[in-house]
Amino acid sequence: MANSAATKTKPETKTESAQPSAMAIIAPVVGWLIPGAGHIIQKRWIRGILLLVSIGTMFVLGLMMQGHIYKANGGDILDILGFIGDLGAGALYITALAMNWGLGAIAFAIADYGTKFMIVAGLLNFIAVADAYHIAIGKKQ
Amino acid sequence: MTIQLTHFSAAFVFALFASIVFGITHRETTRDMVRYGLYCFAMFLGGVLVAGWAMWLVRR
Repeated sequence: MANSAATKTKPETKTESAQPSAMAIIAPVVGWLIPGAGHIIQKRWIRGILLLVSIGTMFVLGLMMQGHIYKANGGDILDILGFIGDLGAGALYITALAMNWGLGAIAFAIADYGTKFMIVAGLLNFIAVADAYHIAIGKKQ
Repeated sequence: MTIQLTHFSAAFVFALFASIVFGITHRETTRDMVRYGLYCFAMFLGGVLVAGWAMWLVRR
């Protein structure tokens, strides 16, 4: 009786331990590409949508304020840091680069705010990605 | 399409969205998330106002 119970529970334990490890890779990758999607695929709907709206709106507002998008080969150390921040926005950054948006010079104060909006949107998405990972490994609900 | 925000409205929008993300990612329960988000929002905007008045005093 005890043996049969043990054999029944063993495969379930294996399945439970295998599922979070796959999600621990998928959720951060998807969450980086589309802000909030790492939460949405783990059925944290409201959190995911709020992250998507917050990060997405910040990035789009930055573009509309004629902010500057940094490229990988900036040369200057501050440009490289700006690139790392921008890169966090995932598909938003890739789309902006592909469409040649945000390549103008920072000519006035609002454009400088816009540049910072886009960098911070990317950095906030890095935090969201880490949060999605913590949910996937069971560290957070 | 371009948009022109004042310094304060840009700070307000920044504080709003950053606070939402901070609230969601830094706390466990929904109640704590809301409370922490509101706290961050107040700190962001409070910091802007304090820094603004401090700069006004320095300039005088």
